[in-house]
Amino acid sequence: MRNPLSEKVVALEPSGIRKFFDIVNEMTDAISLGVGEPDFDTPWRIREEGIYSLERGRTFYTSNAGLKELKIEITKYIKRKVNVSYDQQDVLVTVGGSEAIDLAFRAMLDPGDEVLIPQPSYVSYLPCAILADGVPVVIPLKHENEFKLTAEELEAAITPKTKILVMPFPNNPTGAIMTAEDLKPIVDVVLKHDIFVVSDEIYSELSYMGDHVSIASFPGMQERTILINGFSKGFAMTGWRLGYACGPRAIIEQMTKVHQYAIMCAPTNSQYAAIEGLRNCDDEVQKMREAYNQRRRFLMHELKRMQLECFEPYGAFYIFPCIKEFGMTSEEFATRFLAEEKVAVVPGTAFGECGEGFLRISYAYSLEDLKEAIGRLGHFIDRLRAEQK
Amino acid sequence: MMETKSEMNKEMRRTILNYIERNSKADLQELAIMLGTDEVMVANEIAEMEKEKIICGYHTLIDWDRAGSEMITALIEVRVTPQRDQGFDRIAERIYNFPEVTAVYLISGGYDLMVILEGWTLKGVSQFVSEKLAPVEAIMSTATHFILKKYKDHGTIMVPQKKSERMLVTP
Repeated sequence: MRNPLSEKVVALEPSGIRKFFDIVNEMTDAISLGVGEPDFDTPWRIREEGIYSLERGRTFYTSNAGLKELKIEITKYIKRKVNVSYDQQDVLVTVGGSEAIDLAFRAMLDPGDEVLIPQPSYVSYLPCAILADGVPVVIPLKHENEFKLTAEELEAAITPKTKILVMPFPNNPTGAIMTAEDLKPIVDVVLKHDIFVVSDEIYSELSYMGDHVSIASFPGMQERTILINGFSKGFAMTGWRLGYACGPRAIIEQMTKVHQYAIMCAPTNSQYAAIEGLRNCDDEVQKMREAYNQRRRFLMHELKRMQLECFEPYGAFYIFPCIKEFGMTSEEFATRFLAEEKVAVVPGTAFGECGEGFLRISYAYSLEDLKEAIGRLGHFIDRLRAEQK
Repeated sequence: MMETKSEMNKEMRRTILNYIERNSKADLQELAIMLGTDEVMVANEIAEMEKEKIICGYHTLIDWDRAGSEMITALIEVRVTPQRDQGFDRIAERIYNFPEVTAVYLISGGYDLMVILEGWTLKGVSQFVSEKLAPVEAIMSTATHFILKKYKDHGTIMVPQKKSERMLVTP
């Protein structure tokens, strides 16, 4: 029999997080700081609307790009949150933000086009770029810059083949954000070199130092930015699989074409529920943000007490402490921590090689759970430091 | 724009109240850490709010069923004739002074006062209604409802909750 597999797909690295997931799943009594999704249930108003839409028999397809009503609500939301104006025809509703990333690359890349991917960052940019025949070019971000992207780093990575810059902020796994002052020099470089931006703003609601700023809000940027967002994080709707992309109509149209052939449309039920979320859930979202922020401060305080090196992250629900002092790789540290204290954290390397020496700790947990887990982290590093002496 | 001090203060109060409304046992030091302020500030604000009667007390939410005690809660609708000069207040006072009464509200609609009563026995509650409440001259009628099951009380769901089905590690 001939080899049934595509060389391109076989050559893709399996997600580093997957490997760890399999180990953790074997341990039934482990507790975790390893998740990338909210601990809150979806606000009841939204769930109730989902139930109602099923009761009403809304079980048909929607138009490919999504319900017009939802797209209009999305444009209003984007306007009020980051002050960028879109027409509803510039919006495509997708199956999570992840699909929008995939579509943006597929619609914009020709073979050999380079995609700049700052890392550590979410696991799917690099494989999606490869699957779209692009060439991923990693920009390793630095701890001393608090894992922000700098204009110098960007400038150094640009070649004549560079087509897209991915902007993954607020960042998973580092929790880094880019403020307006941080973005300004990046914008200058992007404009100078005439490249496009895929801005993954899925954590935009979870920003703890002023409101989130979108790179699309800078003069000259809206026409060269695909703004990606969704309902998973801010609205605690991961399992509903609903995201969206906003951008220049010419690009959105081509993304819609791929979406139409591959997906047809995002889940109808989720779309109706999301309308309720955008219309009536600002308070609920605010409450969740406040709870995350309280836990963030608590964790930072605890890490400081343990003298574990960590920059203060102001976004998403992750902290990214440095464990280089223990002379172990991130994976060794995470594996031993799991075996000895039964707590799962994700090695920084799951998000790119430059995550070596760091751990992703999620605070999408109740304060009680966090206290327990962080207590065990305290024991563990005490023991490691004692061993070193 | 800088927030004014009083706005910040208001914001801090709101956050403290939101927090301790759900957990009055909150450790002050921990609360200060989570709010990004210092312990003295939090303690002062709480003391101020106690003085101003914004914080009126610290109660404990108890599921008496689980404690093995058959606590009975009754909601009593009371229709009254308002008294000259004093409206409903005087009659309300007469009712709320009974220690068994845990709450009295003036209500719009089909009746006037909602009285919440907690007692250890059905007999005790019915005795209270027939002997203390019904004979009061201004009270025209009462309708007593017994609570059969508490699903949610003071914002806390009292029935067992499902364990989270979230996976342990996700990207």
